[in-house]
Amino acid sequence: MPGEIQNRTQVYLDNAATTPLCAAAQAAMEPYLVGTFGNASSPYAVSRNARAAVDRARGQVAALIGAQPDEIVFTSGGTESDNWALLGTALANWERRGHILVSAVEHHAILEPAETLRDLGFEVESIGVDENGQVAPEAIEHLLRPNTILVSVMAVNNEVGVCQPVAEIGALLRERGITFHTDAVQAAGKLSVSVNELNVDLLSLSAHKFQGPKGVGALFIRRGVKMRAWQRGGAQERGRRAGTENVPGIVGMGVAAEIAHRNLSQNQTYLNSLRERLEQGLKSLPGACINGSSAPRAPHITNVSLAGQRAESLALNLDLMGFAVGTGSACASGALEPSHVLTAMGRSQSAARASLRVSLGVQNTVSDIDNFLDAVKQVLQRN
Amino acid sequence: MSGGVDSSVAAALLVGQGYEVIGVTMKLWRGEDDPFAAHRFGGCCTVGATEDARRVADQLNIPYYVLNMQEEFNAAVVDNFVAEYASGRTPNPCARCNEFIKFAAFLERANELGCDLIATGHYAQCQWDGQRYHLRRGLDHKKDQSYVLGMLGQAELARSLFPIGHLEKSETRRLAGNLGFCVAAKPDSQEICFVEDGDYARFVIERAPELAVTGPILDADGNKLGEHQGLAHYTVGQRKGLGIAAPQPLFVTRIDTAQNALVVGPREALGRAGLAAERTKWTYQPPQVGEAVLAQTRAHARGLPATMGAVSADAFEIRFVEPQAGVSPGQMCVLYQEDEVIGAGTIK
Repeated sequence: MPGEIQNRTQVYLDNAATTPLCAAAQAAMEPYLVGTFGNASSPYAVSRNARAAVDRARGQVAALIGAQPDEIVFTSGGTESDNWALLGTALANWERRGHILVSAVEHHAILEPAETLRDLGFEVESIGVDENGQVAPEAIEHLLRPNTILVSVMAVNNEVGVCQPVAEIGALLRERGITFHTDAVQAAGKLSVSVNELNVDLLSLSAHKFQGPKGVGALFIRRGVKMRAWQRGGAQERGRRAGTENVPGIVGMGVAAEIAHRNLSQNQTYLNSLRERLEQGLKSLPGACINGSSAPRAPHITNVSLAGQRAESLALNLDLMGFAVGTGSACASGALEPSHVLTAMGRSQSAARASLRVSLGVQNTVSDIDNFLDAVKQVLQRN
Repeated sequence: MSGGVDSSVAAALLVGQGYEVIGVTMKLWRGEDDPFAAHRFGGCCTVGATEDARRVADQLNIPYYVLNMQEEFNAAVVDNFVAEYASGRTPNPCARCNEFIKFAAFLERANELGCDLIATGHYAQCQWDGQRYHLRRGLDHKKDQSYVLGMLGQAELARSLFPIGHLEKSETRRLAGNLGFCVAAKPDSQEICFVEDGDYARFVIERAPELAVTGPILDADGNKLGEHQGLAHYTVGQRKGLGIAAPQPLFVTRIDTAQNALVVGPREALGRAGLAAERTKWTYQPPQVGEAVLAQTRAHARGLPATMGAVSADAFEIRFVEPQAGVSPGQMCVLYQEDEVIGAGTIK
């Protein structure tokens, strides 16, 4: 509101950026911050208890994605998991270098290490998407080369929420013995994710996207897949990822994973109903277009372009009124850059600049949605 | 908020005066890609600068945003900077940024955020007399920045605040220290913000390679005296770096990009009896022909006594009371009466 500047957030609608820690995860973490502080790799009681908690969490995370517990390696988050998937596979194929395919709409945690690998002599190629942001399995088949070593296609896009045909892509890569990675950071806890149904070899997870703590994630590494350690200097995680385990973080991730798994279908129904209400409201605004809406989408992300609006100003006005929403990714200084996802989908620079990402969480309510829609209308009327 | 001491204190003073303040840093320039490069740590538009500004905003408990205005800045300021050099002129990118970015594109963003006013840390004073706005030099004449604000008219002044224009720089620093700002002792910014290493010639040549081509150095009669190293390396009035042995010191008097030639002459050849300006803006009303003015033809210089020649809405001519060196095409000529700006134009 003009004349009433807010310096706090009242309605949080940027759940694709992060989510609040759930109470059960917080409660589960607390004993491991102080009391059971032992290094999980040491032999005495306080450490054995920490180790047991890490193993419990490993089982909980494995269950979320239908993996074996020993296929879960804990990391510092989704970015590390994505980086490691690429760099670790590249190290394991160092002699031949070889060909790597990544989709054009991947998170920068994939695109930037892919650039590094190109600098190091790998043949890195981008897979284009259609106007809904989807990769076609046939397009991948077409791009494969005899020396293709790795393909990375995300499960759910973080900006538009569009799902990729991961299972089909995985099936055609499996036949050919090519390593397949998927970034499932936005899918886990929102959609049913099964590493066997998806035919993936590597899969990235981030705890704080499903109400777990920040600073912890996991990489699923299928038994027998050609991989190398990246972070070295200790035998933790069976020698696959060195460094003292983040025990409280891992415990929190495990509990959050278990709750997300248990409540999956109920949460899906709830988020879908909230999003339906949100999108009905948004569609009534002048010049509104929901990006990627003709493709299957995860239930928690809506990306809307409002023709003729500057989304940056809209988002800042909403912030001043106490509403938190996203407008694509920020650079180091915090300035917003036009979305590479929307431009890859063939949207113009101006449509990309006019787009807002609203992402829902289970803590959001119907009145959050209604208040948000009222606020957007107020800003649009004023300008 | 650039992350420097002036805009930080400006924000603090406004908060103290009861304004509802939003802190904004304009991200104008992409800059160095290597995050480990030494000059990523200083200067405007660097990550370090926005971190400083954000810290000050946190201390003041005001909302703070970084606005991405790189496209506007490139088009209005950087491209023009290169084009002006390529046509043998000496641009003033700071004046250009104020005219097209801070008091235009940025003002538009402020409108979109429902703001009534914008404020900057310029050393200049703006006063309302009941009828119109007066733009005056900053109280601290050594730091005065009214020259680069010369293109502001009544519409822009009506929306602008210069909260530190009445302060001495030392007072600004003292206030910043009292407020506990981490930026209190930060050195003043000096060079053009987007030329990170200060090497203008390199910057211009990367974007206009023809300015690196060697060519003749001529005297006023067209006699060849030597060879220049590419016109990007010279500005009008320059003495150093000509590499010519002559009985008297030689200065660049003209840059002839059409012939790729540098014209030089003795100090007297730099003297100008007057000048003509285009792209003119009058702060309120144009002066009368024959009126006495003070004409400032470069930043950090004094106003030179002059008399108005022809005057129109978008151009003017002046005659100096005494011939003056230091008149470079492309620079701003800002006209003052006493310490008040009355208008400005670009020297032809």
